[in-house]
Amino acid sequence: MAAQTKVVATGAVATLKSDSSKTDSLLRTALRRIRRDKLTLMAIGLLLTLSTLSLLAPVITDVLNVSYTQPDSLRLFLPIGNASHPLGTDPLGRDLLARLLYGGRVSLGIGFAGAISATLIGVTIGLIAGYYQGGRYRFIDDAVMWFVTTLNSLPTLMLLILIASVLTPTIPTLIFVLTMVSWTGTMRLIRGETLSKRENEYVISARAMGAGSMRIMFVHILPNTLSVLMTALAIGVGTLILTESALSFLGLGVRPPEPSWGNMLTGAQAHFRQAAHLSILPGLLIALTVLSLFLIGDGLRDAFDPTSRK
Amino acid sequence: MTQYILRRIFQTIPTLFGITIIAYFVMSLAPGGPVAALTFDPSISVRQREAMATALGVNDPIHVQYIRWLIGDAPIKVAGVELWRGRELPTFDRRGNETGTHIGTRKGILRGDFGNSIISQRPVTDAVGVRLPATFELGSLALIVGLMLGIPIGVIAAVKQGGIFDQVTRVLAVLVSAIPVFWLGLILLLVFGSWLGWLPMGNRFPLNFSGDYTLGDRIKHLILPVFTLSSFGIATFSRFTRASVLDVLNQDYVRTARAKGLSNNQVWFKHALRNALIPVATLLGPAIPGVIAGAVLTETIYSWPGMGRLVVDSVTQQDYPVIMAIVLLTAIVTIVGLILSDVLYAVFDPRIRLS
Repeated sequence: MAAQTKVVATGAVATLKSDSSKTDSLLRTALRRIRRDKLTLMAIGLLLTLSTLSLLAPVITDVLNVSYTQPDSLRLFLPIGNASHPLGTDPLGRDLLARLLYGGRVSLGIGFAGAISATLIGVTIGLIAGYYQGGRYRFIDDAVMWFVTTLNSLPTLMLLILIASVLTPTIPTLIFVLTMVSWTGTMRLIRGETLSKRENEYVISARAMGAGSMRIMFVHILPNTLSVLMTALAIGVGTLILTESALSFLGLGVRPPEPSWGNMLTGAQAHFRQAAHLSILPGLLIALTVLSLFLIGDGLRDAFDPTSRK
Repeated sequence: MTQYILRRIFQTIPTLFGITIIAYFVMSLAPGGPVAALTFDPSISVRQREAMATALGVNDPIHVQYIRWLIGDAPIKVAGVELWRGRELPTFDRRGNETGTHIGTRKGILRGDFGNSIISQRPVTDAVGVRLPATFELGSLALIVGLMLGIPIGVIAAVKQGGIFDQVTRVLAVLVSAIPVFWLGLILLLVFGSWLGWLPMGNRFPLNFSGDYTLGDRIKHLILPVFTLSSFGIATFSRFTRASVLDVLNQDYVRTARAKGLSNNQVWFKHALRNALIPVATLLGPAIPGVIAGAVLTETIYSWPGMGRLVVDSVTQQDYPVIMAIVLLTAIVTIVGLILSDVLYAVFDPRIRLS
């Protein structure tokens, strides 16, 4: 009986050893899972294609010899497939392909810049609020939560309309404003994560070893929220692109003649008969970009989830 | 229960004040200000301009101006008893010389006075009041359609989990969340209005000289805006209902019901659905701000004469009192929606209201 137990025990140790030598980091496991997830890979490919095309907009327009700002009164409403304008022209005779590419730079640029800065702010405030919740410095969490509840009791679009009414949006101010209204989601998420993570043993042991609050927050808790964070970032970029396009569509965001996918649709219904593709293409690009970002977000969530069996 | 509702209402007071503070301070950043707007006339002298600024109180510290905006400067009377005699303001003649004093007449937003629209010079409450019914009609119909379509879709998808219907609705829900509302509206307008010609190209009523319309006309004008506005609701409600029903189907009491030998229909509709719908009630509150935000876009596409278009027009015209009124109204509606969903939840689930 004793011998048998011993054998089982050594067996267990052996499996443990072989396991630990083969166990990958969470990141590597996630990467392996994503490599097998065809839908997420397709979404990543689509997003990369659209981003590259937008980034190469100056090169492409040079090669095709088209301009995104130059009106041409002799070539209004050209249809798709024109020899010198592959996607036709808009009501002012500007090349649609060039405008879509430059619009992509603006829309994707604002989406990424806004979401990244919103995430940075949201993570910092979320960590601090969550860490101090209920303790001696609970007023920090109370104040932050009051502010966030207040901000969230206005629909984001209304808040943006309110702000847009007092300042003339340029692209940098637009990024700033979108950041200011969208950090609350990440903040709530990270606050919740911090609330649960701060009770973990590794936090207690770090504290016992004399780590300060800042170190515990940013070195011990933050890396453990990485999976949630990456998912939130992907979905956040998508949501921001949607918000920016809505604001620009209303004429309160990116100002013409600077194109964004949203403002290219402003008043598009006036040209249904002459050129329906003017209404279709910019929206299709928004939808495809946002869809791939949402799918990447879902894919990341599954890939980082240790309980997922995919 | 009453106590619970009162407590929730009481909790929203700081939030509402927060909204007024944020809104007021954002507005105070506006370029120009009321004096510039009122003294556009170049023949006005510097002295008259200063006199006007004193009369309007724009040189006072911002917190004083904020409080004045809240409570106004007119006397406060309750049941004939004067509690506050109001603010004394200097009276000026045309040249800007002080001639005497008078008592203020503005009542402040807490007494329902949002001032006059800068553009139309009519009271803001009138300007917004005219637009309210159109938005209410559109928004409430969109909410109803969202619930009426979303919940059954979610139930069917859950009951036939993994089936074709489930897969298709799942893909559609992701698609709808990624498609911009205003683009969906544009495309529907392009297909059903321009190409097929089945439905009107916008507006609330047919445009004709007689101004006559039938119920059929009204419904035709409603179909596209309501569908556009409810699309997001249908997607959200159906996914949420599906998750909730699946959750309930794994509960012990459902297994017990099955073990008793009840038919599938009885288990689904009598035991599972009733409990599955409790969490759906909590979605109703957050759905209201979504509908308001969506209404801004939907009304712009379909030339719907509602509040959403009014606020967009007011921003272009820098008509700040109107913007303030609509922002505050939206906040109140949102907060009422949140209380409503909390109360509904407490009605259905006694564990909540007792804690």
